[in-house]
Amino acid sequence: MTDLFVVPLLQIVVVLNAVLVAVTYMVLLERKIIAWVQSRLGPMRVGPHGILQPIADALKLLLKEDITPIRADRWIFTLAPIISLVPALIAFAVIPFGGEATLFGHRVPLYIANVNVGLLYIVSITSIGVYGIILAGYSSNSKYPLLASLRASAQLISYEVAVTLMLVSVIVTTRTLSLVGIVEGQMRQHIWYVFIQPVAAVVLFIGGLAETNRTPFDLAEAEQELTGGFHTEYSGMRFAMFFLAEYANMIVVSAVMTTLFFGGWLSPFPNVAAAHFLWYIPGWIWFLLKTFVLLYVFIWIRATLPRYRYDQLMRLGWKVLIPVALVNLVVSAIVRVFL
Amino acid sequence: MLRAYVPIFLFILVAIGFAVVTLLISRLVHAEKPNAVKLEPYECGIEPETDARDRYSVRYYLVAMLFVIFDVETIFMFPWAVILDRLALFGLIEMALFLFILVVGYFYAWKKGALEWA
Repeated sequence: MTDLFVVPLLQIVVVLNAVLVAVTYMVLLERKIIAWVQSRLGPMRVGPHGILQPIADALKLLLKEDITPIRADRWIFTLAPIISLVPALIAFAVIPFGGEATLFGHRVPLYIANVNVGLLYIVSITSIGVYGIILAGYSSNSKYPLLASLRASAQLISYEVAVTLMLVSVIVTTRTLSLVGIVEGQMRQHIWYVFIQPVAAVVLFIGGLAETNRTPFDLAEAEQELTGGFHTEYSGMRFAMFFLAEYANMIVVSAVMTTLFFGGWLSPFPNVAAAHFLWYIPGWIWFLLKTFVLLYVFIWIRATLPRYRYDQLMRLGWKVLIPVALVNLVVSAIVRVFL
Repeated sequence: MLRAYVPIFLFILVAIGFAVVTLLISRLVHAEKPNAVKLEPYECGIEPETDARDRYSVRYYLVAMLFVIFDVETIFMFPWAVILDRLALFGLIEMALFLFILVVGYFYAWKKGALEWA
């Protein structure tokens, strides 16, 4: 009973809170980094160097008026942010933050669930989130959000096939769908899978950018063309939930990339004697560090690249990424069987 | 076996609960001063004359249909990839045939211009 309900529930509460805090501070970090890239200071007023800004933002969004436009479908309009947010949060259920830790004399796994279909679970759960965007655009009954939801569906059908195809070749290498198993496989083989599947890592990262609606693929909220994109009509807490969902998705993508390609919670250089002191740093710190580096790349890309047009994204997905994924799959399968 | 999924179901419940409770709390504390203009859909200051949901041409509908086919076919490869070691050469040849048919269809669609914007 304790093992089945109480321990997972505690883990869920910890993870949920960590994610929410991480998300609010991601927003600050993003504003700061983009500001530095553009030789600005970023938020400076609330707290020293603006470190209390996220708290002020959260309070503001909670207290703001939450408008439902008169022509909108009230129920779907409220449901859409929930559909966006919930998948972004529950994807964390299978992400291994570390191996096992000893806490108050109990051995506690640092993951909520270790299911043998972990990767499939991530793929299916993260693609539910796009329904939130499409429904938000449709239920607003306003022209800009409607265009944005059209674009969101165009975006989904361009990257999804390439990403799932690429995952197949990753699975050929990992031989398991369990995320814990994938990290343990990297421990056994003494190699990060990014060195075995470099092409897959690049394509999956591009897919991750498209999945999370980040620049250069933020077509569904292209503010210069569509005002606010799919959330033009949203305000207050419902708007905040879209925001939470976007940043939580970024963390999910980075965490999954870390697990698949960068050895998850493993410390680097296990064979080098001089780097032996790295072993004393706990695994979950390594995991968070690697995830943070990938999140930084997300922000860096946003500060650097211009936006794609959505027929260009479609061409990229169907005429470049899918052939690359197919070739990669054939090569990895042949290598796996013959070598 | 199913026990491994209990934490996931718990998480789903907690996440939905979190979303609903946050919305309810904000409903209790947020400001509320609606007026007719505020409740109009946003259209850069112009009053909207018609419903936004007009008929429109979805120019990528062919790609959307292809997507359904290809996505189902890739999911079909997941179990194959996991046990490729045990299937060995047999699995490789079988999947090569399957992929060949898939690729022929893909290039047919490409050459027919299904991936272009109509």
